[in-house]
Amino acid sequence: MITISEELNTTKPSTEIAGATVRLAGDSGDGMQLLGTQLTNTSALSGNDVATFPDFPAEIRAPRGTRAGVSGFQVQFASEEIFTPGDGLDALIAMNPAALLTNVQDLKESGILIVDEDSFAAKDLKLAKTDVNPLDDESLSKYRLIKVPVTSLTRTAVAELGMSQKHADRCRNFFAMGLVFWLYGRDLTPTLRFIDEKFGKKPEVADANVRALKAGWNYGETTEALATSFHVNPAKLTPGTYKNIMGNQALVYGLVAASKLSGKDLFLGSYPITPASDILHELSKYKHFGVRTFQAEDEIAAVCSAIGASFGGSMAITTSSGPGIALKAEGIGLGIMMELPMLIIDVQRGGPSTGLPTKTEQSDLLQVLYGRNGESPIPVIAARSPADCFDVAHEAWRVATRLMTPVFILSDGFIANGSEPWKIPTEDELQPIEISHPAGTTDGAEFLPYQRDELLARPWALPGTEGLTHRLGGLEKEDITGNVSYDPDNHQHMTHVRAQKVENATELIGDQVVNGPTNGDLLVLSWGGTFGACATAVQQCQARGHSVAHTHLRWLNPFPKNLGKILSNYKKILIPELNTGQLRMLIRSKFLVDAEGFNKIKGKPFGIAELVEQIERQLTT
Amino acid sequence: MSSTLNVLKPTDFASDQDIRWCPGCGDYSILAQMKKMLPSLGFSREETVFISGIGCSSRFPYYMNTYGMHSIHGRAPAFATGLKSTRPELQVWVITGDGDGLSIGGNHLMHCIRRNLDVNIVMFNNSIYGLTKGQYSPTSPLGHVTKSTPRGSIDNPLSPCTVAISSEATFVARSIDFNTKHLGETLKRAAQHRGVSFVEVNQNCNVFNDGVWSHMTDKETKEDNVLVLEHGKPMIFGKNRDKGIRLNGLDPEVVSLEQIGEDDLLFHDETIESPMLAMLLSRMKFPEFPVPIGVFRNISAPMYDQSLNEQVADARQEKGEGDLMELLHSGDTWTVE
Repeated sequence: MITISEELNTTKPSTEIAGATVRLAGDSGDGMQLLGTQLTNTSALSGNDVATFPDFPAEIRAPRGTRAGVSGFQVQFASEEIFTPGDGLDALIAMNPAALLTNVQDLKESGILIVDEDSFAAKDLKLAKTDVNPLDDESLSKYRLIKVPVTSLTRTAVAELGMSQKHADRCRNFFAMGLVFWLYGRDLTPTLRFIDEKFGKKPEVADANVRALKAGWNYGETTEALATSFHVNPAKLTPGTYKNIMGNQALVYGLVAASKLSGKDLFLGSYPITPASDILHELSKYKHFGVRTFQAEDEIAAVCSAIGASFGGSMAITTSSGPGIALKAEGIGLGIMMELPMLIIDVQRGGPSTGLPTKTEQSDLLQVLYGRNGESPIPVIAARSPADCFDVAHEAWRVATRLMTPVFILSDGFIANGSEPWKIPTEDELQPIEISHPAGTTDGAEFLPYQRDELLARPWALPGTEGLTHRLGGLEKEDITGNVSYDPDNHQHMTHVRAQKVENATELIGDQVVNGPTNGDLLVLSWGGTFGACATAVQQCQARGHSVAHTHLRWLNPFPKNLGKILSNYKKILIPELNTGQLRMLIRSKFLVDAEGFNKIKGKPFGIAELVEQIERQLTT
Repeated sequence: MSSTLNVLKPTDFASDQDIRWCPGCGDYSILAQMKKMLPSLGFSREETVFISGIGCSSRFPYYMNTYGMHSIHGRAPAFATGLKSTRPELQVWVITGDGDGLSIGGNHLMHCIRRNLDVNIVMFNNSIYGLTKGQYSPTSPLGHVTKSTPRGSIDNPLSPCTVAISSEATFVARSIDFNTKHLGETLKRAAQHRGVSFVEVNQNCNVFNDGVWSHMTDKETKEDNVLVLEHGKPMIFGKNRDKGIRLNGLDPEVVSLEQIGEDDLLFHDETIESPMLAMLLSRMKFPEFPVPIGVFRNISAPMYDQSLNEQVADARQEKGEGDLMELLHSGDTWTVE
């Protein structure tokens, strides 16, 4: 049995700090993601604002000890509102030479560097492809290097249990966790509860992890290398109940909520792909909410099954990432032609082709807008942060059902696996989504499946309804009747109708909002997962007295009605993107403005500092 | 189900659309038999859905006054999976062809069948691509000269029924477009089967592959070239019913009933669990053998759509109907005052 409640109080002095950015780096088998998640949750529970960025290799077990196998987890926790996982690191925990060498350049000068000195033997250095031991030369002299024999101390801590060395070494991450928890004054209770839940059925493993955790904490308390610990006060967040949430999880909650609020059972057709698979895993747990998940034979079957479910009247969803979206293109075109509501979720990753499966990028924007044959317009909404995914799911389904159209949701690997506190909405804040279906009839009148309402939406008539039998298909439809038509004028008319219908989403999505002066020298225009970095960078520039504003696009198609007017109010427009300038191309062509880009295609999110530098460069040239 | 079922007539299932198949196409016969048979099943028009892919056969839904979907090439089984999984009470038909179902859509066909989704798949097999004007298909024989194979096809052909049986189909049958009585009965048995039903209909394309099945349809030859499978009966065929099929080791052979007694022939059994007999029959090809028609296999197995909905029902039974606020508040939370 584990004693869950553990009141450990340090006797050393504690320094109050506004926040810290910490990165945990080790081998992909070292349990760094687990360590990071625990630190994040505990920080969040203590009231800090948090933002995380897990960064791991595509391989499940890349060769041990190599640079390719390094798995990292970055978290920023703070006593004020933050929007990103932080730029420069205040502390780095490196479990081996490869982790040290691939991460230390991000550590601030005088930053805390904790290394497992037991893992710097000749063979470890060889695996990391370095001839010299960085602990022995002067290369780390600008950091606060703290060499801790993590491996041997962990083995000592669990020695009484008589475990094999291999099993004992699996507790190394809990030792490191204990030390980090001491350093930032974290409560061990949530982690002890986690260990009990996760390993309760294997008491020996649970016991070993607890011993390692406490040994790590005690090491911090006794080592002379650390004179003070740190303390971060709770952040002043909007009152409410919060939980720390990852993007994919928030998306799942949002989808289930939209399903409930629209009175529609949810059907997901999906094929496993990084980084979208967790949506399939999570949704499959919620069968008691009427959720049906179908792991299809391929991406094409996934989207087609969703369309079939939509035809039957379900809330239909398909999820994927860039390569899978490419395969779904023809099916999405059919959804557009048949004008059935559906959500297509693209959790973007580095491309092209297989690209960088576990790294983030914003390079699917043009694919989702234009990657189909023919004129095939589709509304596109992009989440800006992990918690925002909840609201995006609701809004996308509202538009899809109101206009009878597939809608794309764009997320990315950074949002999907990153986390932040989410204020759980109250019941009153959850808006119902009204959906109606035409009722059955026995009067023998011809049913007109392509007759439209004021926003050009057609009726959603469900199989099983008497008197409304009709046939849908991919061939061009005759206006109103929906019969097959090859008439040239009809085709032109229908092409315009489909485009206008999507444009009518502007009636449903509200106006674009600007943060900062309503006119001035520079407008930073961003979309998707770069929100946090862009918002923070603009705030810093505003604090320095620059005439700069920020606006963040939620809908990429259609653009809000007032966007053109906003763009005309600034001397310069800067569009930072994690691609070569896809939104910039759209903005330039639609509004004929000379927007500049700041583009990074490294599989990594923007840092705040590089954005600030870019903004200031724009302002001075 | 509608209370007016008993008054439905074949014409009630006809839509108001002009039929655009070539005059003389075997598809007309299949359409006629479908309309004739449907009223006998006890489903109303609105409870019936036809889903097709792309190709001549796939125009079929437009000609039925039911719900329907003319989807994209090869994917009809996938659309059917989404619909049937969420609306299991509907009667769902998948209409496909040898190109649509075995070439571009081979993957979906295989997986729909192995899941035993409770739908009826009818494959119009004319051994040619008709709508694209005459290229060879996955069922065209070796050496077949077409627009895309001027020196003859070098692709080994597939037998649709063999593919279905290999994919663990629970109901497999074959019929012929112009054998209208047999076709109507076969479609009805497919519809009545619980679980996936796969029916290959040998269909003539009188424009691009005329006479492809003439050995099975010409008055003079058909009885010598077709083996009509009947459950529980010995496998006898021929104009004079004087020939039979016997098992020699693991292979079938044609024998004369003048030398071999009926009791030594193979007896057909649709219901045996093992697919070996059905497999053996599906590989019997003209001219070495008479081509079997009728029901090859008819067994019972759990259905995907039913199992999926049972899991949903069981989860609701165990956990109660999902409570959204409870879900959103699950796990570690904290409150900011």
